This record gives sequence, C-alpha cells and structure tokens, in this order.
Amino acid sequence: MEQLIQKLKEEIIVALNLSEMKPENIDEKAPLFVDGLGLDSIDALELTVLLEKKYGLKINTAEEGKKVLYSVRSMAEFITVNNKS
Amino acid sequence: MVIVDNKSVYSGTSADFGEFSASIYKHFTISYPKFHKMDNLSKLAFLSVELLSGSKKSDHKYKGDEIGIILMNSSSSLDTDRHHQDTIIDRSNYFPSPSVFVYTLPNVAIGEISIRHKIFGEGNFFVMEKFNPQFIVSYIQQLFYNEIIKCCIAGWVEIDGNDYESVVFLIEKTDRTDKGIANFEPGTIQKIYNKMK
Amino acid sequence: MTDVFISSDNIITSLGFSTGENAANMLADNTGIQLTENERIAPVPFYASLINSEQLYDRFSTFDDPDKFTRFEQLAICSLKDALSDTEIDFTDSKTLFILSTTKGNIDLLEKENEHKFGRERIYLWNTARLLQSYFKFLNEPVVISNACISGVQAIITGARLIRANLFENVVINGTDIITEFVLSGFNSFQSLSTGPCRPFDKTRNGLSLGEGSGTIILTSKPVMSGGTNYILVGEGFSTNDANHISGPSRTGEGLFIAINRLLKKSPLTVDYISAHGTATLYNDEMESIAITRAGLQSVPINSFKGYWGHTLGAAGIIESIMGIWSIKNSVILNTKGYNESGVTNPIFIVNKPVQKEINTCLKIASGFGGCNAALIFYKK
Repeated sequence: MEQLIQKLKEEIIVALNLSEMKPENIDEKAPLFVDGLGLDSIDALELTVLLEKKYGLKINTAEEGKKVLYSVRSMAEFITVNNKS
Repeated sequence: MVIVDNKSVYSGTSADFGEFSASIYKHFTISYPKFHKMDNLSKLAFLSVELLSGSKKSDHKYKGDEIGIILMNSSSSLDTDRHHQDTIIDRSNYFPSPSVFVYTLPNVAIGEISIRHKIFGEGNFFVMEKFNPQFIVSYIQQLFYNEIIKCCIAGWVEIDGNDYESVVFLIEKTDRTDKGIANFEPGTIQKIYNKMK
Repeated sequence: MTDVFISSDNIITSLGFSTGENAANMLADNTGIQLTENERIAPVPFYASLINSEQLYDRFSTFDDPDKFTRFEQLAICSLKDALSDTEIDFTDSKTLFILSTTKGNIDLLEKENEHKFGRERIYLWNTARLLQSYFKFLNEPVVISNACISGVQAIITGARLIRANLFENVVINGTDIITEFVLSGFNSFQSLSTGPCRPFDKTRNGLSLGEGSGTIILTSKPVMSGGTNYILVGEGFSTNDANHISGPSRTGEGLFIAINRLLKKSPLTVDYISAHGTATLYNDEMESIAITRAGLQSVPINSFKGYWGHTLGAAGIIESIMGIWSIKNSVILNTKGYNESGVTNPIFIVNKPVQKEINTCLKIASGFGGCNAALIFYKK
C-alpha cells in the first residue's frame, strides 16, 4: 500500500502538471479537491483517465468518483480492492 | 528574448519553448502554479501579459469589466490540436486527455489572463494570416469610442511548435501630452512588432 | 449611428439545406440527432446530428467539383452560395468584409488518411478563410473569429460594430463546424455527452449532443426589408468573461449576467423572447437560468434549439440567431425539443410547445469554454 501511494503521488504530479509539488508535500489523507491540493473539475477528469490508463479501472458513477478521488489514500484503496478481484 | 517598453530585459538560451517559458517564469520569480497546467499558447500569452502588467500596474486603476482582451494569431490553437490528435491516433492506446482538449480553443488563453487579473470585459480572438495592425487598431478604437472598455490588453500571440512570437500592448485613454507614451496607431505598433523580427 | 440590417441568411444542418427546410422540420418537431455508428468518429455508437456526406457531395456537384474541397469547405461554400444568391448587393468591392466563425475548421486534416490530400497549409484557419474569400471574390482580407461556443454570436457582434464604425458597408459571416473524431473524443473525455438526444433545461438532462452545421448571415448598412414589410436589424451586443474557470461555467452566472445587463442598460429595446445557449449540460443550463433571473428576465419566453440539431459549436451562434430572427419574422416561438419538466433551480419561462405571438425583439445568448459569454439583440422595425 505505501509503495502504491508513493507511486500514485508521482503519477498525479506528472498527470496534473503540479511541477512545484514534490511527493512528500502531498498528504495522502488530505482531500484532493477544494482544500488540500485545491484541484478542480478538469483535474478530476484527468485522474479518472489516469486510473483507466495505468490501472485499467473505470469509475462508473459520479458518487463513486467522489469517494474514490477523495484523497490519494482512497485512490490507492480503490486500486488495491479492484485489482484483487 | 524578452523586450519590455523598448528595453531588452531577458535573453533565454533555449530555443525550445517549454524550456524558454520555464526560464522566464523562474527569472521573473512569477508565482502562479496554474501556469504549469497551461498549454504553450496560454503560457506565451500569460507570460507576455504578466511582464506587461508588472511594468504598468493598471490592475487597480480600472474595474474588471472596463478592461478588454483582444488577441490575434495565425495558427489558432493548432500547436495543442496536434497534441490532442496524438492521444487518439492509436485505438489500442486511446486516452484523450481533458486537460489537453480544453486548450484546443485559442480563446482559452484569454480566459487564463482573465482569471489571473480578474478581467470581465470584452474578449475576442481573431485569426489572420499575419499580424494586422490596421484591423486590430480600428477594432479596438471603436471599442474605446463606444465606451465599451476603458483599457485594453491586445496583441499578437503566435505559436506553432518551436516557432513562436508574441507582442502585447496595454492601451489606455490618456492625455496626449504624456511623454514617452506611444499613440495606438497602426504604424506605431507595426514598428514595435518589427523590432522583434 | 449607422443602422445594421440583415439582408439574407442560410442554415445547413441534418434538418435541411436552407433556413426554410430547417424551420419546417423544427415546426414538425423533428430532430436530426440520431444514434450514429461511425468507426471513423468513435469506437462506439454515439448520439449526434450529422449532415449526410453523400447529399452534400451531390448538391455540391451541381455547381462545382466536390473533390477539390474538404467537407468543411463544401459545407461553408453551399451555405454562403445560398445566402449570397438571395441578395442583390455587390459584395466584391472594398466595402465588404468576410468573417468566418469556427472553432476547429478543417480539423479532420490532422487525421492520417487526410494529411496528404490537401497539403500542409490547408488546415490553418486563415487559409480556409482565404479559400472561401477567393471562391466568392471578396476583396478584403478575411477575419476568422474563434471564441469557442460563442464564436457565432461574437462574429455578428463584431460585424455589426465594424459597420456602425463605418469601416465596412457589408459583412458576410459564415459559421461552420464539423464533427470529427477530434471533437467527439474531446467532449467525451469531458464526460459531457448525453446518453440520448440532449434535453435542454430538463430534469433528466445529462449532457449535450454534438451537431454539424453551417450558417451564413449577411449584414449591411443598406436598408433592405428581409422580414416581409419589416426591416430586421442587429442591435447592441456584448461579450464578457467569467474570470473564474476555463471550462466550468460560473456558479453565479457572473459573466453572462454582466453581458445581458450591459445590453439592457445600453439598448432601449425590451426583450420579447430569448434564444438560449441551452446545451443541456447540468452546469450550463443552471448557470443560464441564474443569469437570466439576475437580469430580471425570468418571465420572458426562452427556448433552446439544441434538441433539434445538437451543439454545432462555431456555427451555433449563427444558426440559432437566424432561427431567432425567423421567429421574429414568423411570429412563432418554437418548442424546446427534449424539454419536459424543469431541471433548473430558478423558475424561468421555458417554451415547451410552439407559441404564436408578435415578437419584436430576440435576445441571443451564448457561453463557452474559456469562460466567455455573449449577449446580442435583434429587432424588427
């Protein structure tokens, strides 16, 4: 899990062009949107592309999207759960 | 090379736009993380206006809806269009990116400048073969004449791969006797444009 | 101040090759939005309003060789030709300007199969405008206006201003966009496509439908009666920016509100009818209802044409303005196709069956990516 979180942080920085960010600056439990990293609606869409492209996972509803994309940790948990099944 | 008010203020070393724009951002200690998310056309427009408003400080003189942004170029957003096309060229690796696609419209550069400087006024993006001072001057003059705007950011912001050039002006109604201020006339702005060549 | 008259127009969509054909289909409540299977545009079936390529080819063949022109150019030429044939003004002198309104122009020339057919330069928008200019022998260098989904409205605003400033006597405006893999994949990545034909302002709306269109509107300072015994004129128009987000509409409708409010202050006209942008995305329609209410126009009848021909991008502002003008001429406000029950929080007067009434003015509004908004009024005299 910790390895996956580290990897996700790096991928998020690249995918969202957060050039002034380093993985250690991202708190994996903090909300990604509004507070925390302050991401916006385009970033949310870009993160769903990332999950599909790198992990072959689709988010099916807006509700699910909100839960999965809450934080780096929730994204990692979503990947872990779905890759097992 | 960056020229502000007829003075050369920075010369980059890289011909690559990505490196050059990043070096300008760093050199002038600009702090605006959203910059890194922009496409090249928006970066070019953003940096041009950033250095312009830094030297003129007109942000507080006018209300947001009194300022207009009129830009022009010849390649529209083709530079980013090619980038988006690359993401859909292979059906087995088909991942169109929303953060690329949104920039496949040239006027998004106007949106980025508007967000940065809280500008709500007239915006228009024109595409013509070459920088056309006659057209841009007469269009902006009627905006002033009809009191649609009191201040205007206008210019030519062109990028097509590593061919790029940008000339941006800040236009205000002012006392004709003000020294050192150029008149907004086709001949004058053509001369300023030619200096870059 | 010089008055700006509308001399003639044309609309081409999947519903027909003239303004009349389109209007007849819309009156009959027909939609051009269909479930489409086209591997070249998308790997899976999608809802869109596409113009039949063979029909376009055949029509073009009656006057010129279609193989010399791209699909985009065929459309724009057909539309311009029809509108120009309907007026006696000479457009080949220095008093006429040609404006092309488009978001993507010949964008299908980026596709591998098309890359070499027309040469590398053909994709540049200025070059497309040049080609149309020389085809119709317009003298002045043409101007392309590319402002996302407000392009068409912005082009009419700009054209009218240039005439009022006495810079030109006539402005010929064509707005065209085609739906290609480029456009569809992009809107799909934004998750903004509807799962069925789009339903503007409706409770069940879940996105937009894309559409192809080409429209031509001719503005002139010469008084011509294009509305039977009436003149149809272009009134004030303004564009603004939300200064909020590059893709999401403002939650407060700020930019659109400023544009409408400025128009209401400057223009002596009262608004009889509003032709909305009404894309049927959750946020756009909600934003429009807020801006309209803030401007005090919530009891003015409003409709959206997107349920008939989808979102035609750079053509939208042109063809929807022409239909707004058609409504003035014919004293009919058309139904908002796809609308059933209001799904916006502000109660506005959404037209859900054709209304017969005298209409003196039509307010056209539009909003788009980049946070841009526009408002423009047409009237009869």
